Amino acid sequence: MPETTSTEPSGPAVADRAGRSRDAAAAVARFAAVPTVGPLAALLLACLFFSLSTDRFLTGGNLSLVVQQVMEVGTLAVGQTVVILTAGIDLSNGAVMAFGTIVMTRLAVGGDVPAPLAIVIGVVVCAAFGAVNGGLVTMARLPSFIVTLGTLNIAFALTHIYSHEQTVTGLPKALTALGETFPLGDTDVTYGSVVMLVLFAVAWYVLRFTAAGRHVYAVGDNPEAARLTGVSTRRLLITVYTVAGAVYGLAGLLLVGRTTVGDPQAGQTDNLDSITAVVLGGVSLFGGRGSIVGVLFGALIVGVIRNGLQLMGVASVYQVLITGILVILAVGVDRLARRRRQ
Amino acid sequence: MSPILEAHGLVKRYGHVTALDGADFELLPGEILAVIGDNGAGKSTLIKALSGALVPDEGRILLDGRPVHFHSPADARRAGIETVYQDLAVAPALDIAANLFLGREVRRKGVLGKVFRLLDTRRMQSEADAHMRDLKIGIGSMSQAVETLSGGQRQGVAVARSAAFARHVVIMDEPTAALGVKESGMVVDLIREVRERGLPVILISHDIPTVFDVADRIHIQRLGRRVAVVGPGDVDMAEAVAIMTGAAPGNTTRRD
Amino acid sequence: MKRRFPAPGPLSRSLAALVALTLAAAGCGSGAKGSGKDITIGLITKTDTNPFFVKMKEGAEKEAKAKGVKLMTAAGRFDGDNASQVTAMENMTAAGVKGILIVPSDTKAIVPSLAKARAKGIDVIALDTPPDPQSAADSLFATNNLTAGTLIGRYAKSVEGAKPVRIAMLDLNPGITVGVLRHNGFLQGYGVKDGDPSIVCTQYTAGDQAKGQTAMENCLQKDPGINLVYTINEPAALGAYTALKAAGRTGSTMIVSIDGGCTGVKAVQAGQIAATAQQYPLKMAAQGVDSIVAWARGGKKASGYTDTGVNLITAKPQAGLASKDVAFGLANCWG
Repeated sequence: MPETTSTEPSGPAVADRAGRSRDAAAAVARFAAVPTVGPLAALLLACLFFSLSTDRFLTGGNLSLVVQQVMEVGTLAVGQTVVILTAGIDLSNGAVMAFGTIVMTRLAVGGDVPAPLAIVIGVVVCAAFGAVNGGLVTMARLPSFIVTLGTLNIAFALTHIYSHEQTVTGLPKALTALGETFPLGDTDVTYGSVVMLVLFAVAWYVLRFTAAGRHVYAVGDNPEAARLTGVSTRRLLITVYTVAGAVYGLAGLLLVGRTTVGDPQAGQTDNLDSITAVVLGGVSLFGGRGSIVGVLFGALIVGVIRNGLQLMGVASVYQVLITGILVILAVGVDRLARRRRQ
Repeated sequence: MSPILEAHGLVKRYGHVTALDGADFELLPGEILAVIGDNGAGKSTLIKALSGALVPDEGRILLDGRPVHFHSPADARRAGIETVYQDLAVAPALDIAANLFLGREVRRKGVLGKVFRLLDTRRMQSEADAHMRDLKIGIGSMSQAVETLSGGQRQGVAVARSAAFARHVVIMDEPTAALGVKESGMVVDLIREVRERGLPVILISHDIPTVFDVADRIHIQRLGRRVAVVGPGDVDMAEAVAIMTGAAPGNTTRRD
Repeated sequence: MKRRFPAPGPLSRSLAALVALTLAAAGCGSGAKGSGKDITIGLITKTDTNPFFVKMKEGAEKEAKAKGVKLMTAAGRFDGDNASQVTAMENMTAAGVKGILIVPSDTKAIVPSLAKARAKGIDVIALDTPPDPQSAADSLFATNNLTAGTLIGRYAKSVEGAKPVRIAMLDLNPGITVGVLRHNGFLQGYGVKDGDPSIVCTQYTAGDQAKGQTAMENCLQKDPGINLVYTINEPAALGAYTALKAAGRTGSTMIVSIDGGCTGVKAVQAGQIAATAQQYPLKMAAQGVDSIVAWARGGKKASGYTDTGVNLITAKPQAGLASKDVAFGLANCWG
């Protein structure tokens, strides 16, 4: 169920349910089962912990920094979430994004293409990769894991061939604009952070309030049922992968804004990082369950832990260690919830 | 009374195997027609042909006397034929209303619906609620996830969905196969409710007692052909089984 | 009220216990005790796992303790992981460090981040690898990789003399400065140029043992007569040795390498590697820390390049070529 609708007025038949206390218990259980509660609690707990541990954590500037640091992986996670909701997985997203950034930056710097057009071409290239993923998953009926493992390697190789292993520097303003900041009160906020948040909002709306969003959940939940009830599953899946690809292109633009270079080495662990955010966000890897809002929290959890531990002076391996433990906890919770349902 | 859905001389071959060998079929308005037959008699192939899940090699299908050609389940659905499958074709994580309207969601009127594709959740909920009550399916809230329901209730949702959108025919393919005794009884009641609403029902079942209990007529399929159409009052179960297994002759002849 | 550590209320006490636990686990003890009168230094290496950087971190930690300052460390997750280094720079800047020591993973891509930190008044020092351009950092403490290459090139030439050689070059990765400098240094020292017919095979190994072995196997397929192998580092050299051994060519082929890690020096002792050029990561880090502390306490900010030294280590010294023996190499090795 995308989010919960338990607050909606229930039909009159609800009156014949037995026992008020059982109702209350059910309400609590249902609240705890809302997929965003766990990730939000974890995020708030982490923030509380770091606020008490270091006085540099809870400042506008630092929090803005955290959001800015997760904007690339967070945006990738938007695409990853939609794919995972259909019970697929996308291993290629980091590599596709890296290829997109190299296409954008090389076209704009060495290729005499106006920067805005270069950006569009980069995003379209990423969308095309997504379409290939979607096409192979639906037409050739290959598992998404295998398909995207293939396109991961293809995108990686193309990135290195096309970039000649060279980092692209001296980018025009239009390409790095999203890395610029604007003042909000006394805090500088990065435009790219806003772009990421807007993307999350749009994805939330589509998944929660439109038929297409419902079909995404239905396809991940029971593809056969979705097909039999008239959902065009092929078209839906191809659309999902293609849109995800375009979102990866945008993530690439955000990355370029943040680092102000086109880096052929970028994004090598981003596929797993985005999956981490999705899992921490309470979305089931089995598909059909979870909320995109939780994924935003999931991405922020990773960013907060990395930033907070760094401020405390804890070495970076321990940030990775803690993230690993959290992932296993999150998947364990999902597994338990599944077992209880069956 | 002229048949609402009929088929003549359907043939379907899979390599050397002939699943349908000139099968005929006839469904009259307002009736529950049961289709029985041994494994391999071609029951499910026949039903798949009628519901658009496969295209027969030969033969004709007529709906309301007009020939129809289904190339997909969606074609059949558009023609007003809905199918309920044995394996509970619902999305467990979605709520009841979402399942009822899956693939046929209702959007808000005006710009919100047209441009922003905003769903009219409230309307779907209330229509689902009215519809479920109409079929006497006692389920609390339409915003409840289907996975919180029992197997019988889930099948109730699937039946309700078909009944809600079928204009001509509801096909039920082994709707009780996955259910316990009590829940089967619930679904059988539902089948009757659907007929009460004027929709003819094709019921495919292995469960001979249930078939004799609920059906108006019984189509007996054997070796890819219809070998008999009987009324539950005309023969007893043993005789029906005998026809099914070929121990007794049928009452229809093949039209070649 | 600003305070770094919470007063022990019931909640914060358990939280404090958690912090203590984390720090104990971290085993670095660098974070908690507020020593160093507000001087904090950041160290960002390419990875956490390579023994070279482990040694570098050790050097920085030792020196920071001696000088009574706080050290923060971070690393990328793989060689070339620019994004993680950028993030670490931002976080360290937010943490209020005085100076940052960094081994750039991507020499060009890191430049804008270095500029940002320097704009905030942070002393940015590159260790081991110069950024591109080198002026993007305040100063550089590194091995002269060209010299390192030249040392082993000269050594090889002095052993081989005028004999005809067939050379395999097991390089790092395309476009990485360190690799290019070592490669060029070796050729200069040996007295040949790129494209010389004696160079019969050139392969990239990423400085990895398994890839080094594969590269050598492929080179031997191409030309079984290879008798001199230049390797970018000792893991690549050991991989090459394995391949040569399998081909039965260890007796007639000489391997030279660069780095001076303990495993590498032991391989020199065992005769698997003829000679290696040893560099000193511990020294780089220690000198870097010193430089920042001196500046933060009112001294002059270091600039330009400081050579942290390199020595030729071999068990079979050649007349007229300065070298150190294996005992020296083992006493000063890292890893």
